[in-house]
Amino acid sequence: MKSAFWIARREIGSFFYSPIFYVVTTVFLVLYSFLFFAIFSDFSQASLQAAPQAAALQKAGYSINANEMVIQPSLGNMGVILLFIIPLITMRSFAEEKKNKTFSLLLSSPVHLREIIAGKFLACLTVISFMVLLSSYSIGFIVVMGEPELGPIFSGYLGILLMTGCYIAMGVLASSLTDNQIVAAVIGFGMALLMWLLELPAQSSDSGMGMILEKISLRSHLEPFLKGIMDSSDIIYYLSFMVFILFITHQVLDSRRWR
Amino acid sequence: MIEVEHLTKNYGPRSAVKDLSFQINQGEVVGFLGPNGAGKTTTMNILSCILPATEGKARVCGFDTFDQSMEIRKVIGYLPETPPLYQDMSVADFLRFAAGLRNVPIKKITAAVDRVLEQCGLGDVRQRIIGRLSKGYQQRVGLAQAMIHDPKILILDEPTVGLDPIQIIEIRKLIQELGTAHTILLSSHILPEVTQICQRVIIISEGEIVAMDTLDGLNASMRHVRRLELKVRHPADGIQNKLEALDKVLSVQARGQDFFVIESEPDVHLQDEVARLALDQLWGIEELKPMTLTLEDIFLKLTTEEKEVKEALA
Repeated sequence: MKSAFWIARREIGSFFYSPIFYVVTTVFLVLYSFLFFAIFSDFSQASLQAAPQAAALQKAGYSINANEMVIQPSLGNMGVILLFIIPLITMRSFAEEKKNKTFSLLLSSPVHLREIIAGKFLACLTVISFMVLLSSYSIGFIVVMGEPELGPIFSGYLGILLMTGCYIAMGVLASSLTDNQIVAAVIGFGMALLMWLLELPAQSSDSGMGMILEKISLRSHLEPFLKGIMDSSDIIYYLSFMVFILFITHQVLDSRRWR
Repeated sequence: MIEVEHLTKNYGPRSAVKDLSFQINQGEVVGFLGPNGAGKTTTMNILSCILPATEGKARVCGFDTFDQSMEIRKVIGYLPETPPLYQDMSVADFLRFAAGLRNVPIKKITAAVDRVLEQCGLGDVRQRIIGRLSKGYQQRVGLAQAMIHDPKILILDEPTVGLDPIQIIEIRKLIQELGTAHTILLSSHILPEVTQICQRVIIISEGEIVAMDTLDGLNASMRHVRRLELKVRHPADGIQNKLEALDKVLSVQARGQDFFVIESEPDVHLQDEVARLALDQLWGIEELKPMTLTLEDIFLKLTTEEKEVKEALA
């Protein structure tokens, strides 16, 4: 697997060299921060209004809770923003190699195809994690100002990271299908959005099909993480989703050699 | 070192390489010569394990390209027609990356990079960004990349294409130097290039080998003639004699009653005379055309005068 790290390292270096990375990171941070502060100001207003009756509310079982009212929706928003942003990071993975004819260097080196894919995947994951890390200043803000529970924050970030992995896998697959980066971004975005929206029909019907779609949808597995529930079945779902998509990527790239 | 047996590669219904067989021995510098689209790149891609063959076998250092490709990849250095360079990296960083990919032990990477920088004359540009280098320097970086793990075999696809004359001379000199220690297979569509660098030539056209010999051998076997094919509708006695009696005809071969191959000097056009004779004699011309794709024709196509390079040399 050493080769995968070489590939990932080169890829990450090349991200920091390209303007796309900086533009995408800036857009991501601006969007996220805007939504975060909108939620945050709502919350502070609500808590200010509720302050006089705080004791009564608590007795009745209600609470003004920073975890539930700020962090949880903010991480949910981050999941949506990442859906739009990630295809722009993953689009170059294979499309650029094919366009610039650099893929033959990787293919003629003693490197397995799975190592190449792993390297590309790791590079994108590192870059997106870095972006998410930058955005976590907002959580630091809440930790300093209030007293949120730390457990749900960690589980929320783990959920985001796992879902990010799934988006990246789909983006890398899209990139393996074409040598045009724009096409790769559009396909990657389409796949991610479809997997995200899959649970919509389930909300309007109780049919068996709806239930299945809900189980497949990426989003339905994120909710528990945001609430602080780490269920092994959700973790296994995300991991197997990634492995499956990356396996298809492997087959796509392998079959191209035969044509 | 390289053995190819009955190699065939089809892209859909079109076959790029048909039933190719040849051998390359250790220490040889072999030129793979043919016009554009002859199947040179396809063959090289199969040898460097990038493409699988449709049929047939290829072995490099005794390893099969299909079953033992990882072993082969360790011992070959491949420079594709477009050098695979990451435009945003510096020369030294790129070569370190290539060394890592080719399993050079981490402790030896710096030494390996220094070695190829020296060999390819890249010392002055080691910190430059590849995308800002001239085409000639980029080609050298491509060559350096192929040599970074000190491979036994170098496969170079059109190493001088797109370079200016001075750069071409430099790259050829470099390849000649490398040839003393490596087995090299290089492709080209320029005959003089191959005659300068290689000991042996494989000429390929439309996916098939048309000749394979040393250069002297090829020159000796070459008959510098032009051939015309004539097919007639009314076979008669004495056609061959009458054709031979024509001015400037070297020889006439009859292939059956109605089919004749007329040979002449390469710069003589006999179509008019042959046609006039055939009309006078009422043979009925079914077909009259210059014979295509003989070895000589291919050679003629390849013997493009390299005026610019000669001028630069002078």
